[in-house]
Amino acid sequence: MMWLLRGLRNGVLTTRYPARPDPYQNSFPAAVAVTDAGRQPDAEQVADGCPTGAIQAAPDGRLFVDRGRCILCGACVRARPDLFAWQPGAATATAHRGTLVVPESTETDESLAALRAALAARVRRLRRSVHVRHVDAGSDGSDEWEVNALFNPVYDVARLGIFLTASPRHADLLLVTGAGARGMTEPLRRTLDAMPRPIVVIAAGTDAISGGLFAGSYATLPGVGDTLPVDVWAPGNPASPFTLLHAILLALGRAPTDAGVRR
Amino acid sequence: MTTSWTETSPTALAERLRAGRDAGRRFAGLYATAVDASHLRLTALMATPGGGIDAVDALAPAARYPALTPRLPAAFWYERVIHDLFGTIPDGHPRLDPLILPLPDDATRPRPGGAPCPAALDPDDHVLARRVLGTGLCTIPHGPVRSGVMESVEYLVETPGEDIPHLQIRPYYKHRGVEKRFEGLDLAGGLLVAERVEGVATVAHALAYAHAVEALCGVPVPPAAGLIRVLHAELERIANHLDVVLRLCDAAGLGVAVARFGWHKERILRLVGRLCGSRFGRGVVIPGGVSGPPRLSHTALGAELDRIRAALDPDLRLLLVTSSFLDRLRGTGPLPPARADEHGALGPVGRASGCRDDDRVSRGYDAYPLLGPAMVDDVDTGDALARLRVRVREIDESFRLIRAAADRLDTTGPLAAPCTPDDGRGIGWAEAAQGEVLYAVHVTGGRITRCAPRSASFHNLALFGEVFTGDILTDFPFVEASFGLSIAGVAL
Ligand code: SF4
Repeated sequence: MMWLLRGLRNGVLTTRYPARPDPYQNSFPAAVAVTDAGRQPDAEQVADGCPTGAIQAAPDGRLFVDRGRCILCGACVRARPDLFAWQPGAATATAHRGTLVVPESTETDESLAALRAALAARVRRLRRSVHVRHVDAGSDGSDEWEVNALFNPVYDVARLGIFLTASPRHADLLLVTGAGARGMTEPLRRTLDAMPRPIVVIAAGTDAISGGLFAGSYATLPGVGDTLPVDVWAPGNPASPFTLLHAILLALGRAPTDAGVRR
Repeated sequence: MTTSWTETSPTALAERLRAGRDAGRRFAGLYATAVDASHLRLTALMATPGGGIDAVDALAPAARYPALTPRLPAAFWYERVIHDLFGTIPDGHPRLDPLILPLPDDATRPRPGGAPCPAALDPDDHVLARRVLGTGLCTIPHGPVRSGVMESVEYLVETPGEDIPHLQIRPYYKHRGVEKRFEGLDLAGGLLVAERVEGVATVAHALAYAHAVEALCGVPVPPAAGLIRVLHAELERIANHLDVVLRLCDAAGLGVAVARFGWHKERILRLVGRLCGSRFGRGVVIPGGVSGPPRLSHTALGAELDRIRAALDPDLRLLLVTSSFLDRLRGTGPLPPARADEHGALGPVGRASGCRDDDRVSRGYDAYPLLGPAMVDDVDTGDALARLRVRVREIDESFRLIRAAADRLDTTGPLAAPCTPDDGRGIGWAEAAQGEVLYAVHVTGGRITRCAPRSASFHNLALFGEVFTGDILTDFPFVEASFGLSIAGVAL
């Protein structure tokens, strides 16, 4: 009874996102941006400073950051504030792996639009409510905290029709965390096989996208993209609850359009 | 606090450690390092009461050595890992099942500390199947894909139907090759890996790693850095303890309490994020000190702490008088003090069973000696309720330590000392929310040649299968939550 009374106080805690932007979503660094699009004479050397190879130097000396590999360590921002800067914001997930590379997408707008349309067609029946199944494929443990946070009263994703399910048979959306540990390859495939079609797959976090710091380990694949047909990529190390929520809404074609991280 | 290094033979090692145990030392860990193609060096770590860590080396043939487990049961899991990683057979080990890496062939193994290993080593579960079937037991698997949002791990209930079921634990599914990953990195690179060994204990792992490296640098950490380290370590502790509380409430079906504690935990993570830019305190600790001052003023931090406590304390008080909840925990998953002592159980799991050890007190570091943390030392019923009580008291003490650290903090001076390590091996420790984290770091020419992290989760999970006395299925979520462990730190 006492707990019931306390429960009544919860209403005011919940974020209004995505209907309105949430001030918190812009209060912490969510991604790295390249602030100087010009050619750098020492581009190779700058790229070498990144522990995961997320910084890429084009042959002409321009720099790119692959957010799918970035573990947000901040080494680049500290060493070269003239070239890199933190960017806040929740809307860092994308429906195409290539668009995680900034400042410039390697994809044309048409192919992106086609991809979104195809995804939208698949998820049409999910618009109102969606059941999420989570699988850990070799996380460091923090990713699960952030996924669980979606269900706390602050994010309260049930208000958006997003629910967790323990049964693969009732799941519409597979949310995968972790660096793609080889031991999880078979269990992942089995989980996918047990799910009804159509299915949407989200690679949640830099580890799931690329293996992160563990890419190249004898025990991991570089993320889960080779094992699963990933539809949405949610960067972050771990991906923050806002990024995860953005990824789910993106998968459902319900993402807010203007709250994105500017490129 | 210091580390002493001594050497013995592999045949004398078990006896030597046993004698140390009988003299009141705690077995704290065992790791191996490849020396050459035909040898490895075993290093056992013993914690002295109220003192540092004694490291005992023994050079052993790579093929086999006399197992320690028969004389030192706490080495059981450690020797299985040595077999997994090196293919070395501890002769006389009671049950050498693969734990973190099942491989068909003893010759092709990662062998940390040695030459680069093959680019891919695929775990082979046939190795496990053979062993389990060979014992003629009936088993019920649970996992590795769990219901709910949890880390992957498989539990096998052996001999179901018996009063005391036996539980096999298989964390290998999420093995990431962490130890090999450290090798060849510089100190800054190693820190990034350490922060991700067990991500929910980022700060504790970063601290244990930094302490190991600092032991090779011989420079004291600036006092202000020590205070900032405590601040973040204690916020991490509160977040982890709240996670346990909310998982216990979830197991008991207390929906409102789950929501409330989920909110409190979120506020702590947001506070951490506002202090340093990462919700998990990543990037705060660096070898030699910390990366910068807190990004919140003393006043703003104090005000937010007050707000969190004003909301949290009544909920904790209410939880501790919610009798339906307490009844569910009382007597559940008991770890007898004698067993906890024999194993050297760590953290709240150990303290709830009468193991009076806490690295912040016994082997103080950073600003802890200055702030005088109080250890919970009057609980010994060893059940899930005792573990909860320890954590609730520790949350209270953590808030006090954070306030005390913030009050003393003056960030006008340097926040990091230059840290250039001598070649050698350093041992470092820190008390995570889960218990003591230990790091052995070997450095040559500024590069890591071997790094062996030992999480409290690894050490304590070995006890998990022993504490089921009632109906395993109904008790499971309570016992699992009350242990409060992370599989990432076990599977490595
Ligand atoms: S933040 Fe770290 S991982 Fe990300 S691009 Fe910069 S250096 Fe690379």
